[in-house]
Amino acid sequence: MPATTKTNFQLVSNGILNDNPIFRLALSMCPAVGISTTVMNGIMLGIAVLFVQVFSSCTIALIKDYIHPRIRIPTYTLTIATWVTVIDLVLAAYMPAAYKEMGIFVKLIVAFAIITMRLEVFACKNSVPSSFWDGIGMGLGFMAGMVVIGFVRELLGMGTILGHDVLGFRPLLFFVLPAAGFFCVGIMMAMFNYMELVYNRKKRAKER
Amino acid sequence: MKILGRKFIFLNILVIISLFLIGGCKPEHRFVKKTAFKDTNKIVIEFAGPVDEAWAKNRSNYTACEKPDPDIRLKIIDVSLSADKKKATLVFADDLNKNQPHVVTATKISSEGKSLGTAILNVKKFYLGYLFSILIGAMIINNFVFTKYLGLCVFFGVSQKKSTAVGMGITFTLVIVASAMMSWFIYQFVLRPYRLDFLQIVVFIGLVSLSVQAVDTILRKVNPLLFKAFGVYLVLVIANCIIIAVPLILADNEYNAWESLMLSLGAGLGFLIALFLMSSVRERLELANVPPTYRGLPIAFVLAGLFALSFLGFSGMSIF
Repeated sequence: MPATTKTNFQLVSNGILNDNPIFRLALSMCPAVGISTTVMNGIMLGIAVLFVQVFSSCTIALIKDYIHPRIRIPTYTLTIATWVTVIDLVLAAYMPAAYKEMGIFVKLIVAFAIITMRLEVFACKNSVPSSFWDGIGMGLGFMAGMVVIGFVRELLGMGTILGHDVLGFRPLLFFVLPAAGFFCVGIMMAMFNYMELVYNRKKRAKER
Repeated sequence: MKILGRKFIFLNILVIISLFLIGGCKPEHRFVKKTAFKDTNKIVIEFAGPVDEAWAKNRSNYTACEKPDPDIRLKIIDVSLSADKKKATLVFADDLNKNQPHVVTATKISSEGKSLGTAILNVKKFYLGYLFSILIGAMIINNFVFTKYLGLCVFFGVSQKKSTAVGMGITFTLVIVASAMMSWFIYQFVLRPYRLDFLQIVVFIGLVSLSVQAVDTILRKVNPLLFKAFGVYLVLVIANCIIIAVPLILADNEYNAWESLMLSLGAGLGFLIALFLMSSVRERLELANVPPTYRGLPIAFVLAGLFALSFLGFSGMSIF
């Protein structure tokens, strides 16, 4: 892939809509199922992923000319691991409560396929500014996915949004249960598929 | 004869490794030889030499708590010292929950007038049943896929056919045991003594990639037939978050060598079980009439949710 010709806005919106890491690329599903019980969790982990993605994208874009193609994957892994360590320590120091809630998942950002994949596909071929905007787009896309799932699960499970009581009762306690994460993500994916199906059908009908 | 020689070398390596493991099972303070539970409400601490009676008998020199709740202090009502002054027995007001590891802090141990510093001791019950319960716990009760939601990318990727699922499970188990033991060793004997704990993520991910590469090379040379069958899965192993989660859990809980072995083995076998269950159902699903919007990943997610619900039935179960 040659260097991108997209504008910054297109790069960001691409990450949020067309290549949404959770719903479209179906990468990094573990956190989407594991800790998406509340909106707050989604936002916190989203911020952590955003930072790691942006920083490591920029780092790789900066040093891309000095990396031998043979050792590029280990280099990516070590870069991500370094930035994850930084984020991990910062969160543990300044937001101990949220850090405890997310548990091991902050450290596991290092194994998220989405970050490595973005470095391999985008950052190692593009300039620093476009890598920066691509990282922002991907991070925001991930955060958006987490927040949507968290919204549904928190509303249906606890009847609250961001801790504020909205409904006044608990419709389906089942959705707070960890197992419901699978159902939630599965059904949402099916909904996205359905929308795509309807959209394509309309498009075809128009063409005719 | 050649085969025998190879076996002999293999045995030697095993003996060396097990010696390392036994050497690794030492308590945390050099002056404390052994800690153990006794009866329902006692903890025995065995020292390497005689300690001062005045220090040992003073209740305020000890604090004890369960490891998960460091805020809740357990009440010590009495301390007794054996005749040779090497064994102190702490008597607690309430019965202890022996399924939880306990942390006992002995402040400023004093022996023959000299202060030997503060010792933080982990008290665990150590017998085969405990190890077995860790194994079963990691395998079924806290199955990494269905109750901890880790390793889902690979889980959904390779659970389409039974043969690939089993192949992946076996390869994964081998690699995770090797890499977890290596990371345990490095953490306990390099990172912790030199206070490099903050490097654990970088070091663990490096070790995991290293061990995948090592298994790849060794398998290719030693057993090309096996490599042909399992080599393809090795690349996928590195993309699985369980393989990096297990060393982190080991480091957090400060497990010893045998416990680490059991936990990593349990994690691997649990992944194998999950893959096998899932692939058996998905093979059947090929024949079913699934609505077009649910085809592929969505129906797999709903299925995994059903499995997770049924695995919820194991929660709260405790063995022994």
